[in-house]
Amino acid sequence: MMIHKTTSDVPPTYERVPLYLQAISYVLLLVGGAIMLLPFVWMVSTACKPPQELTRIPVTFIPENQVCRANFDGLYERVPLFNKYLLNSALMTAGRTLGQMITCSLAAYGFARFRFPGRNVLFALCLALLMVPLQAFIIQEFILINDFGWRDTFYALIVPGTFSAFALFLLRQAFMQIPIELEEAAMIDGANPLQVLFHITLPLSVPALAAFGVITVQAAWNDFLWPLVVSYSPGTRVLPVGLSFLIGQRNTPFNLLMMGSFLGTLPMLILFLLLQRYFIEGISMTGVKR
Amino acid sequence: MSSILNLFGKTPLTRRRALWGLLLIAPNTIGLFLFFGWPILQSFRISFYEWNAFNTPRFVDIDNFQRLYHDPMFRKSLINTLKLVGLVVPLEVGLSLFAAILLNQRLRGRLVFRTIYFLPVVTSTVAASIVWTFVFQRRYGLMATLLKPLGYGDLNWLVEPNLVLFPIVIVTVWQRIGFDMVLFLAGLQNVPRVLHEAAMIDGANRWQRFRHVTLPMLSPTTFLVLALATISSFQIFDQVYIMTARTIRGGVGGSARTLSLYLYESGFGQRSDYGYASAIAIVLFLIILTITILQLAAQRRWVYYESESG
Repeated sequence: MMIHKTTSDVPPTYERVPLYLQAISYVLLLVGGAIMLLPFVWMVSTACKPPQELTRIPVTFIPENQVCRANFDGLYERVPLFNKYLLNSALMTAGRTLGQMITCSLAAYGFARFRFPGRNVLFALCLALLMVPLQAFIIQEFILINDFGWRDTFYALIVPGTFSAFALFLLRQAFMQIPIELEEAAMIDGANPLQVLFHITLPLSVPALAAFGVITVQAAWNDFLWPLVVSYSPGTRVLPVGLSFLIGQRNTPFNLLMMGSFLGTLPMLILFLLLQRYFIEGISMTGVKR
Repeated sequence: MSSILNLFGKTPLTRRRALWGLLLIAPNTIGLFLFFGWPILQSFRISFYEWNAFNTPRFVDIDNFQRLYHDPMFRKSLINTLKLVGLVVPLEVGLSLFAAILLNQRLRGRLVFRTIYFLPVVTSTVAASIVWTFVFQRRYGLMATLLKPLGYGDLNWLVEPNLVLFPIVIVTVWQRIGFDMVLFLAGLQNVPRVLHEAAMIDGANRWQRFRHVTLPMLSPTTFLVLALATISSFQIFDQVYIMTARTIRGGVGGSARTLSLYLYESGFGQRSDYGYASAIAIVLFLIILTITILQLAAQRRWVYYESESG
């Protein structure tokens, strides 16, 4: 498995496409693109509509009365702790991502470059965990967290998410791509393994770290089931759970729901547009031959 | 004593290295086994116990599984889940392959299209489901407006038991196409150009080259996408939880309840029936495992792996 330029910038095909096929392709891509984008347009448009325009037939895409600000205020009036939820999500995301960066780089380096008894068995066992979906053991995970007294705390939201077999696997692959001579040179100069890791290996793995980082951030920000299970109070409520409460109150108007969804989605959309190639690389890394 | 030391290496240097290795892997490995390995093992054990938040665990043999067998709601959830998998997987894999093939051409603006197709992937399933809930509102939803000319403007998508799975399929497929498409694009770029050139010299047309060069060379990716899509479709939870939140969670008469939702409701709902929920979890896990093994077994027939790495 290599971290290489996959789909980003390489011109893809071997030959020029005949004009009629190009035309058909464009039409299909445009229709598909419209379907993919429509919900976003609809979300933003609805977030700026006054209540009476929500049920108008036929629907309006550009609201006649644009009340973005009023809906923004309306959302905060209805969910005074909305910023708290955003902050909680940010904390959970940062905690898990940093935690994984640390535990998984250490472990990936250990598995990539050191020989010790039981190495292959341990690594195989870690990979086997990838096969088991959270839902298969979520009850016991909850009981364990409960026994620790961590229910409704940030420990519950963050700590289990700081360990990852997936990140271990990806980072180990990335570290093994680095020429070992560089590390050996540092070791001859008297550097200990931690120094080698932090001064040689990690700096050379920045693209891989970024790729896995954005994927982890995205997954943590959008995680719903686990926070739903362990969070009991607004103090630990993350954004998706807050949104699920909002839609659960059946009288919440959809313009406020769309405003909330928009605000909750915006950070990831911005992150994606800024760091697109790392997202694409992160996903391609899972697919390229193992 | 010295034989134990020898396990760690023959010289002091290799022993030191072995110790470092163990130290480095310790945090993540211990964490993985505590927070993943141990609960997974416990999961199997607890499925044989009667245990809820109010009593002490009591071994009941296979009672939980017998209850499952006779539970109409479990059966319904299982059928709904299978229906969702059956609808989502072909649509998701087919459409993402199609999009990848279109985007693998030398076309102006292909990166813009790729960005657009990928946007739903980074959106939270909860936010996406809320938006689509509004799209599927009766009469004044976007879908109603679009379908009105066809005479289907008054369908109650999220309430009608016969319809409720379709919105869930659509939001799921919409959200996953971009992910699969990126995997397919990576796979398509790995198809060696020389094979296409050779086929062209042999007089193969565009379709023949696609059928006999691209598809076989892409089959490892197709296999991966298919397996991932199947596994994740068996776990559909967020979409159902959100899209039926305004009516009855799980749909009218359980018409949208999936195994995951039923597991969640059994374990964390009023009953807090940990034993029963664990039995559902075990069944769900065994189904996924069986299908993955079947897919692995079947791949010999249609997946082509190059003997060399390349």
